[in-house]
Amino acid sequence: MNININVNNNETLTEVTVNGEIDVYTAPKLKEELIPLSEKENVDMIVDLSGVSYMDSTGLGVFVGLFKNVRAHEGSFKIIGLSSRLQRLFEITGLADIIDISGKMEGEIR
Amino acid sequence: MDFRRSMESKYRELLTSYLKGGSEQALYQSQKFSRNALERNIPPEEMVSLHKNLMIELFPDDFTAEMQESFDILLEVMVGYGFAYREHQNLKHIQQELRTEMEIAANVQQTLLGTEVPCVDGMDIGAISVPAKHMNGDYFHFVKDENNSVSIAIADVIGKGLPAALCMSMIKYAMDSLPENRKSPTVVLENLNRVVEQNVDLTMFITMLYGTYNTASHCFSYASAGHEPGLYYDATQDEFSELPAKGLLLGIDKKTKYREYEKEVMPGDMIILMSDGVTESRTEEGFIERETLLSLIKKYLHLSAQGVVQNVYKELEKLQDFQLRDDFTLIILRRKV
Repeated sequence: MNININVNNNETLTEVTVNGEIDVYTAPKLKEELIPLSEKENVDMIVDLSGVSYMDSTGLGVFVGLFKNVRAHEGSFKIIGLSSRLQRLFEITGLADIIDISGKMEGEIR
Repeated sequence: MDFRRSMESKYRELLTSYLKGGSEQALYQSQKFSRNALERNIPPEEMVSLHKNLMIELFPDDFTAEMQESFDILLEVMVGYGFAYREHQNLKHIQQELRTEMEIAANVQQTLLGTEVPCVDGMDIGAISVPAKHMNGDYFHFVKDENNSVSIAIADVIGKGLPAALCMSMIKYAMDSLPENRKSPTVVLENLNRVVEQNVDLTMFITMLYGTYNTASHCFSYASAGHEPGLYYDATQDEFSELPAKGLLLGIDKKTKYREYEKEVMPGDMIILMSDGVTESRTEEGFIERETLLSLIKKYLHLSAQGVVQNVYKELEKLQDFQLRDDFTLIILRRKV
């Protein structure tokens, strides 16, 4: 079980690419790397999960945490590249209604 | 200590017999010796010092001053190993203590969260919940009221192990403290959502499905907070369908409203509720398909509801090589024919 996290920090945009599996073992690493990024004022964060083959609810927890943080700091947050299985996870949990997972690269959330 | 006193003579014996004949036997005896020494916490530096002194004694002329001094270096080096070994022993001890405490905590949790599958006229109910680790992050609870209605809560705390379990206890008490007459599914979820929102860490949240089965009208009303959707089994058509439910996880937004759904249950039909540990079961080859789950349920339909859930669990456990990755909860409510 491996995870690869790539962060590209522009002046205006924080682009994150994740590859691998997000589960109870790898989620802490993801949390450790991404939570600090979400605590900047007005951060614009895009997370690309097209390289993620599996994610369990622990992983979902990390994204909920990111979303809450970004919102509290008046930033924007979106997730792109969800597989149909992951898409279902976001829909069941109602998160699809509050987090932008539309898959487009441009545009703003809230 | 007996061993310490006899240690020197034993080691002398080993050393001389080996130096004389170099027999394999002495090497085997040395291994046995070191096991005894370890059991009695003899540090490595003490062995080096013993060896050095014996060499001086056995070879007073040939064991030169340089050779003797070289052992002082070895001795110093071994002191570090000795510390590491003692630390390892301490950690082993602490680990044992923690394990015992975890077992006690798991028992306490079981007692705190304990629920009985109720006996209700006209209904057949089965439930199973198995933790992947010591503490269960899944939770279910039945309440039977005086009108013979049955309320059921099934929940999954995201985040595993101890923190999840503690959180679960909090939820249970929040639920118990709701007044009797305010227990419609939406009210329960909206109340719990406020409790969780205030108390829980940023990345921890809870999914829950709360439903009430009215045994007079055979209507199941329910609301879901991001929980794995339930299934409905139609006995006359021999078909499964998903119980629609939409709602945000508990603990995200304190103003969240939940919607109530209703489903009329026909004789012989079943409501099937589960945690994501059931649908996210994984084998070597990948995920267990939904069809597999449905065919397993069908395979055991002739049994009681409790028989179905137990056998489905056993089969899924076998498919996963007896290694649960996630807590597993499966509940069946069947209206008797």
